[in-house]
Amino acid sequence: MFDFVSFFPRAVMQGIPLLFGSTGEILTEKSGNLNLGIPGIMYVGGISGVIGSFFYEQATKGSAMNGFLAVMIPILCSLLGSLLMGLLYCFLTVTLRANQNVTGLAMTTFGVGVGNFFGGSLIKLTGSEVPSIALSNTSLFFKVGLPGGNAGWFGQLFLSYGFLAYVAIIIALGASYFLNHTRPGLHLRAVGESASTADAAGINVTKYKYLATCIGSMIAGLGGLYYVMDYANGVWSNNAFGDRGWLAIALVIFTIWRPNVSILASILFGGLYIINIYLPTPGGQMAVKELYKMLPYVITLLVLIVVSLRKKREDQPPAFLGLSYFREER
Amino acid sequence: MRKQSLFHISKRDTLPLGKALLIRGGILLLALVFCGLVTTLLTGQNPISVYGTILSGAFGTSRRIGVTARSVAILLGISLAVTPAFKMRFWNIGAEGQTLIGCLATTACMITLEDKLPNAALIIVSLIAALLAGALWGFLPAFFKAKWNTNETLFTLMMNYIAMQLASFFIIVWEVPKGAGKIGIINQSTRAGWLPEIGNAYMLPILIVAIMTGFMYIYLTYSKHGYEIAVVGESQRTASYAGIKVDRVIIRTMVLSGALCALMGFLLTSGVDHTLTTTIVDSRGFTAVMVSWMSKFNPFIMIASSLLLVTMDRGASEVASALSLNHSFADILTGIILFFIIATEFFITYKVTLRKNSKKEA
Repeated sequence: MFDFVSFFPRAVMQGIPLLFGSTGEILTEKSGNLNLGIPGIMYVGGISGVIGSFFYEQATKGSAMNGFLAVMIPILCSLLGSLLMGLLYCFLTVTLRANQNVTGLAMTTFGVGVGNFFGGSLIKLTGSEVPSIALSNTSLFFKVGLPGGNAGWFGQLFLSYGFLAYVAIIIALGASYFLNHTRPGLHLRAVGESASTADAAGINVTKYKYLATCIGSMIAGLGGLYYVMDYANGVWSNNAFGDRGWLAIALVIFTIWRPNVSILASILFGGLYIINIYLPTPGGQMAVKELYKMLPYVITLLVLIVVSLRKKREDQPPAFLGLSYFREER
Repeated sequence: MRKQSLFHISKRDTLPLGKALLIRGGILLLALVFCGLVTTLLTGQNPISVYGTILSGAFGTSRRIGVTARSVAILLGISLAVTPAFKMRFWNIGAEGQTLIGCLATTACMITLEDKLPNAALIIVSLIAALLAGALWGFLPAFFKAKWNTNETLFTLMMNYIAMQLASFFIIVWEVPKGAGKIGIINQSTRAGWLPEIGNAYMLPILIVAIMTGFMYIYLTYSKHGYEIAVVGESQRTASYAGIKVDRVIIRTMVLSGALCALMGFLLTSGVDHTLTTTIVDSRGFTAVMVSWMSKFNPFIMIASSLLLVTMDRGASEVASALSLNHSFADILTGIILFFIIATEFFITYKVTLRKNSKKEA
């Protein structure tokens, strides 16, 4: 019997990192920057938080930890780390007009490298005596759920998550409102649709690209932090984050650039990511599970194709996506 | 009056080759010095000795030289494969999947036809299967791009993971022993379907890629196809006015790209690793994109770029093992070098001058 009450919360917990990543990437892409560095940025966001909280846990060894600091230090470190990555991407692609695909791929190589290197070597580098990076004390603060999280099916389905999960949903709703109902949001979309037109209308293209990409990176970085601190109980293991960064980019297409749709879609993707555990395996064939894992990608591909077939204008990617803007070039 | 920015940026005329090379070389040196600094900061090692370790890690013994040269060949091969599509401004980032599907097709032939065909026939059948699989992986995104302008970057990205999940599906189907979750060395006792060795284990892939380098240079520079690719890359409108069938060029070029990637996959499985894992391509499909781009699509510069990246990769792994640090250190150094090279392009394409004090004119 399919146990929905145990399945749904796990799907949500899988989906939240994707939601952070896709909201960040949607903001970025709306400015015309196709940031393929998101997987790297999410690694950096995760490991920066881990490093911050590692030092805090080492400093308070034995004595009780201050809950506020235990939460704020990793969050600030994570935001700072992904902000630096976002700035680097902007400097290279906006100021120096480098190719966005190449820069993004280089950022992913670099970011995943940074994550795995510090994750694997932090203990050796700091000369501390712990056997592995297990920030379980910090993780407890991140996992504090809403009251009633354990009571009944309603509590389990909706109230049982750590606070970052609710932050992700609020950010996604906020981003959706910002893009569709505010003037700066309109300007941002204009920059992504046609940077030269926006420039002629007096919109500061460089400023919008920088802000959207940096804020987008910071949001995506939080996805990495949520994964380590909440989902993985504060235990960093190399490559555990896997290909979720690319899945977040897939989610952007799947939701046709809409952060509010992304809330439900991320849960759907999270569910697809783990559904292989719940689905029956015909004839005991374990291999079929690997085919189930293909579902998110196949579905995204179909959406991509259908969207390009229908040619509905509001469903198209931003027209200037992937192009650098240089005022004097036409 | 509107405030003017401090710098004036304008497009340069094409730099003379010598000067451009000088700038690139200088930046590369700067990048290497910076990498040394980062290494020293993180590990406390003397930078000179770090470079010593890097060089000995890549070229220290004749075996290491062989492995390095073979890795350069494979990376170079994938970079060559993605180049025609890039020159056409078709942003194929699916080389990872196209190579992997080549590995998978080769594996399928080697396992299912092991005792049904003589060895030479088996190798030829695996090669053809790999080329067809890669061609299909290249054809799909190109077809949708040509017909309905479907975004090729996102399409090829998804195809990577479809290839990866297909590979993990078949790995479990063919796992040895049951429940191991991996295939191990295929046909270890019979060596059926293994590429023969010429001289030593490293020579054959290197030779094949060397031939491919020459072929790709001629194809891109002197053939009609190469010319059409260049025109489509510059402007699709110009191309269709000139009577070039843009759709057909896009599809033909991507089929070629995909098939060549799969050829590298065939070499990996049949000639190098003799196995199939989901990480057998090891992100080289993505690295190849950067190699091709930073070499300005020139096959001969790609030799140097691949050599540089492979040397840093193998050398940094050596540094990491010597200090029992994590091997991802190599990725950090690769990233830094790439950032420097990416940034350089700007100063080669554009001229930056400080604005003259505007008081005189006023």
